[in-house]
Order: sequence, then structure tokens, then C-alpha cells
Amino acid sequence: MSGEVNVRSAIHFASAALALAALSFGAMPFAVAADTPDPAADAKAFQKFFTEKFPKVKLDDFVNGPYSMNEDMHRQWEEKEQFPPYDFSLDLGKEMFAKPFKNGKSYADCFPNQGKGIRQNYPTFDEKEGKVVTLELALNRCREANGEAPFSYVKDEMAALTAYMAFTSRGKPFDIKIPNDPRALEAYENGKRYFYTRRGQLNFSCASCHVQNPGERIRAEVLAPALGILNAMPIYRSEWGGMGTISRRFTTCNSQIRGVPLEPQSDEYRDLEYYLSYVSNGLPVSGPGARP
Amino acid sequence: MSGTGRANVLKSLALATTMLIAGAASALAGASEADFKAAYAAAEAANKQAASLRNQWTTTAAALAAAKKAAEAGDFDTAVASSQEAEALAKASIYQARSEKDAWKALEIH
Amino acid sequence: MASTIRVRATSSGETTEVQALIQHPMDSGYVKDAKGDLIPPHFIQQLTFEHDGKNVFLADWGPAVSKDPYVKFSFKGGKKGDDLKISWVDNKGAGDTTTAKIQ
Repeated sequence: MSGEVNVRSAIHFASAALALAALSFGAMPFAVAADTPDPAADAKAFQKFFTEKFPKVKLDDFVNGPYSMNEDMHRQWEEKEQFPPYDFSLDLGKEMFAKPFKNGKSYADCFPNQGKGIRQNYPTFDEKEGKVVTLELALNRCREANGEAPFSYVKDEMAALTAYMAFTSRGKPFDIKIPNDPRALEAYENGKRYFYTRRGQLNFSCASCHVQNPGERIRAEVLAPALGILNAMPIYRSEWGGMGTISRRFTTCNSQIRGVPLEPQSDEYRDLEYYLSYVSNGLPVSGPGARP
Repeated sequence: MSGTGRANVLKSLALATTMLIAGAASALAGASEADFKAAYAAAEAANKQAASLRNQWTTTAAALAAAKKAAEAGDFDTAVASSQEAEALAKASIYQARSEKDAWKALEIH
Repeated sequence: MASTIRVRATSSGETTEVQALIQHPMDSGYVKDAKGDLIPPHFIQQLTFEHDGKNVFLADWGPAVSKDPYVKFSFKGGKKGDDLKISWVDNKGAGDTTTAKIQ
């Protein structure tokens, strides 16, 4: 064991040093544009970047992640969609959503339009609270407000509920709003910064995979483009052998690059979801989805 | 993701640091429990600082766990080496968080 | 309890195409749980599709088949309105059956 530790520690220190070197070589003096964030311009540039990088992919198709990047995978996925693996979770979600709480109220009482066909509006910015509210967060708050215990953000129940809500919004374009409130803009900027910031011992940012390398392989997986990457959530992931929420994906992505994940629905994750959803405005909800 | 020139520089840097840690490890033969406690405390402090920056690494936690396990088994040489590894990793994660405060802009799509 | 079998069978000309999605954990017996204990094997051993008193598809499965298996195949014969009976039995002796109409 001790021999192994010495070699391991050498490799770890080396990778740490690599990370340091990469950072010092990578940080170029950068002329930052005007200080006021311009989300609309960001979204336009974001969509332009991907449509130019992949001219053969239709804008709406980006929501299919790796399937939009690989023809053979696309064909297999289309076939699978005839009888998708998320069917069971979706049925469960429908049942759960309809079942009243112990106090007689139900989820429909917490959301506009009885909770149907509204997924494309989340996350929203809550001006009273001054923070971003995601769909998962809203669902648990609804439960707690009605005397029910909250669900884990990374387990099956939350996935089933959000699967159902996504399904009722299928096809509707993402419509995330940033109100004229400096706190909303700050949340948006925080999300953007999180997305591009390198983290974990592997020194990856979300952008490293999903902006710099969509369509490329990381080990055996084909990387999805960042554009539309949340539109198919929640997803049945064959790798997980089950359904997973946005929270599950964010936390597992962190640990995969050897970064300790934050608590689900931490400010950083809420803001990240806000940013990623906003720059995909206009692209349709395709959830619930299936992925390798 | 980086140019080959940069990769070569990084390779020599990696080699240099590999030699360094190998040298440091061999100089540790005969560490005591007190040495371990000091090294572990230093590593924990650095990891705590990384936590406040919301940027801990999983490998830091693993190294700390390995250090504790070795100490419990009475192998203080390994325990100290692991603690020092943990401290180095924690410090690197702090450096990463600090430099990324500005470095992230280089990746932004405009 | 809801059926564990979802099936869609469509007939066109001489051929009937069948798709089925079956809800089952299909535990291989080699995976450990969060505590480190092995999850005991629990998988479908036999799956049959019966049409007009005959088995048109029979599968002998083992632990290598993944969770919630999906099956797709075609058989000669079968016409709209015919019954198609699907059954499975697992290594614990449990099972499920459903009958669907060919469309």
C-alpha cells in the first residue's frame, strides 16, 4: 500500500502541478467588454457559435444532445423513442402529481395553470426572495408548504415528478425571463461564470466538454453541445440504469472531474441552471429524455 | 485542448515535480505520530480554505482518508506522505479557484 | 398493480412487428449496494410471446440482460384484432402476463 501511495502521490502532485501550469499558461490578458451584462447578446452569440460549428444540425435538434452529433446514435435513439425507457418514470410522475397531499391540497395548487405546460418557464427569478427558483426547488417548496417531507433532489421521486411536468410542456420553447433587476442579472452572471470556470483536479469547466468538444468522445461517450443541454431533462440514462434530475447531473459532473459536488440546489447550481436555460431560449422542451 | 508546445512545457514541469515529491517522500523515513498530526492538520486547514472557496477536490478528500487510515495502522511514514499530498492538492485547488476568478473569461463565447 | 409489460404489435401484410418494454430490475447478482453488500440476483429467466396457441418468440435470459429490457422482433402471420399473449417468469418464481391485440 505504501509503495502505491508514493507513486500515486507523485502522479497527483504532478497533475496538480499540471493544473497550475495550465492555469498560468491559459490565463491570457483579456480585454473585458463593457461591465453591464447583456444576456440577450450572450444568447445570440451562444446559439450562433453552435449553429456555425454544426451547420448541418437544425437549431431545434440541438436539444437531443449527443444524438444530434452522431448519425448512427440518432437512428438508434429514434427507434428507442418508440418505446422509451423513461415511460415507467413518466407514469409514476403522473400518478404522483395527481395524488393530493395529506392536507387535501395538491401540486396543482402551487403552480400556475395547475402545473401543466409550464416547465419551459423554469428557472424563474423570484424578486421577493431575490434568488433563482428552479422547478425542482419549487416542487419541494410546494411539498414543505403543505406539510410534506421534501424529496431528495437526486433520486427517483423528484425525477418522476419533473419528468411528468416536462412531458406536459413537450415542444414548447424555453422562455426564461431575466427581469430588470440587478440581482437577477447578477444571478445570470454567476451562472455564466460557473459554466466557464475550471474546477476539479481534472481542471475542466462545463465549457471544456460542452463548448470546446461537443461531438467528440470522452472515453466511450459522445459529448453533448451546451446549447439545449437542459431541454431534455430529466433523463433516463442507461449509465445510471434509471432516471436522473438536473441536480443529479450537475453533482455527478462535478465528481467526475474530481471536484467535490456542492449541495443540490446550491446558489451556484441554481444560477448555472438559470444561465444555461436562458441561452437556450427558443429551443423546445424535449423532456423527459433518454441518454446513453 | 492545448497546443503541443505548451504540452511539452507541462510535461517537463510534471517530470520535475514528480522527482521533487519522490525525493521528499524518501526523506520522510521514520516519521512520528506528532509529525503526522502536524501534517494532517495543515492539510485539513488548506482543504477547509478550499471549501470556503467552494472548490474542493475529491482527490484531496481521498488523500486525507488514506492518511488517517495509515495513521490508524501505525504507518506514520505513509500517513505523513498522504497528508502532504493532501495539502498539496488542497493548495492547488485554492490556486485554481483564485486564478479562475479571471481566467474563466478566456473560455467565454462572444 | 399495473402491468409490468408494455407492448405494441402492428400487422402489415404477412408480417407482424412487436415491440415490448418490460419493467424489471434485472439484477445480475454482481452489483453491490451502498453498504457494500451484493444485491442478490433477480432477473427474468423466460419470456414468451404466444400467438394462435404457438410460441412466436421465446427467450431464455440470464443476468447479462439490463434493467427494464426492451424487445423488438417480427413474426410471419398474425392479423389485426388477433390476441398476442406475453408472459415472463423470473428466477424467484414470480411472473406477469398480459394479452394485447394486434393492431
